[in-house]
Amino acid sequence: MIEFQQIEKRYRTAAGDVVALHPLDLAIPAGQVFGIIGQSGAGKSTLLRLINGLERPSSGRVLVDGTDVAALDGAGLRGLRQRIGMIFQHFNLFSARTVAGNIAFPLELAALPAARIRARVDELLERVGLTAQRDKYPAQLSGGQKQRVGIARALATEPGLLLCDEATSALDPQTTASVLDLLSGINRDLGLSIVLITHEMDVIRRICDAVAVLDQGRLVETGPVTEVFLHPRHPTTRRFVAEADHDETGEATRVRYSDIRGRILRLTFLGESTFRPVLGRVARDTGIDFTILSGRIEHIRETPYGQLTVALQGGNADAAQAAFADAGVHVEEIRA
Amino acid sequence: MSGWFEHLDAGKWAEIGTATLDTLLMLGGSLPLTILIGLPLGICLFLTGPRGLHAKPALYGVLALLVNLLRSVPFIILMIVLIPVTLAAMGTSLGVRGAILPLVIGAAPFYARLVETALREVDRGVIEASLAMGARTRQIVWRVLLPEARPGLIAGATVTTVALIGFTAMGGAIGSGGLGDLAYRDGYLRSHTDVAVVTVVLLLVLVQALQMVGDRLVARFTRR
Repeated sequence: MIEFQQIEKRYRTAAGDVVALHPLDLAIPAGQVFGIIGQSGAGKSTLLRLINGLERPSSGRVLVDGTDVAALDGAGLRGLRQRIGMIFQHFNLFSARTVAGNIAFPLELAALPAARIRARVDELLERVGLTAQRDKYPAQLSGGQKQRVGIARALATEPGLLLCDEATSALDPQTTASVLDLLSGINRDLGLSIVLITHEMDVIRRICDAVAVLDQGRLVETGPVTEVFLHPRHPTTRRFVAEADHDETGEATRVRYSDIRGRILRLTFLGESTFRPVLGRVARDTGIDFTILSGRIEHIRETPYGQLTVALQGGNADAAQAAFADAGVHVEEIRA
Repeated sequence: MSGWFEHLDAGKWAEIGTATLDTLLMLGGSLPLTILIGLPLGICLFLTGPRGLHAKPALYGVLALLVNLLRSVPFIILMIVLIPVTLAAMGTSLGVRGAILPLVIGAAPFYARLVETALREVDRGVIEASLAMGARTRQIVWRVLLPEARPGLIAGATVTTVALIGFTAMGGAIGSGGLGDLAYRDGYLRSHTDVAVVTVVLLLVLVQALQMVGDRLVARFTRR
């Protein structure tokens, strides 16, 4: 459990104070994959580094499992850091150490006996699928392999929390997917909490349970991903969701809708209701005809969802709208 | 033609042999000490410097000033100024014994700066990752900074060794012997060009050999 209490961060520069984070409160429950999304400069990197004390707050408190991070002395802070793993956008591997040497590093810091280090390194190599690469140097690996080494290194001391700093931003889409699967699996199997920062809504959709949206140092929206992703409220969140959909909800689309007759609704199905034959039943019961204007069925982490934009013609449109809502479908009226 | 090699009799060759040995002894005596002092000094400069792990502007200012002062004094002046110190510390200011101290004091600050530069080349992200894993400064220095910067540190040591050879050549002015001293006394003062050519060739071979060994080591430890 991580709690930010009225946390604020300012940087002193020659040109005056720069506010990286305006005072904000945020609680991150244990066991989840929690995403923090924002454009570059939104303050997400600072927020993440407050958790393991790489950054100090200008005011406010950060509590990690009830411990005030800023109140820790050197030894206390090092102890906390050994219980928190971290991975990075540019991997930050030791170029002079082999894959096995990189993974062994945190265990050497903990002064474990060599035999135990070796056994643990082998176990981790297997977990991230790099057993054949154990004696290679980072320069000989692909980006995805490097991040797997980063993950193995971060997990070496069996931390309860993993911080991911734009962990997939330097990777191609396919590699991103496999690294995200690995992280999701680790969260599921080891019960490890994950806090990740990203500027890609797709990363949030794929593996996060809950999300916080940062915009220019302010927390503008937070909640379960199913809620925030399907019903974004803040303009910044909407923009992120639209990017993830590759869906332009701008002027062009609205103009096209003007050629279409009838009431236009956006129907959102979540979980089981995604696969129920709701549309046909409602059409039969209320005598409406419908045209599907756009639609998709995907997953938010493991939860399936569908979102359809439909135009209703004839029949009893009001009754249809009510029937959708009764069937557990979220209904938004785009045009009456 | 006879004028060219007229001074190179058996006695002279023996003298050249002794001078070569003296140069090697001066190098062998001063290089380890130069590194032993320059390396920690360079690490201190890096740690206390701007954006360092333990930024201490006042301490850094003092260290940087000291290093710059020693580096800006021409070596020949430094040697002369240090004669009383050398006498007190080594018992003599002459010969190989007398040369070691000024050589170390001249070269260590030079190497310290090269160490500082090499450490600055280490990826900041790697240092951040070490901090995030709970490493203490000593562990970061020994287990991260020095191994990651090893090629740069070796290249710096090579440059420093070559600079030391240049310094030993000035030793003649205070009577420390060596190849440079011989080239100066015989080649310049007595216009025995043949002796000068031989010593210069020997110095060239020495520098080339050192540079080659240094480059090989750098290549061997480069993992990028």
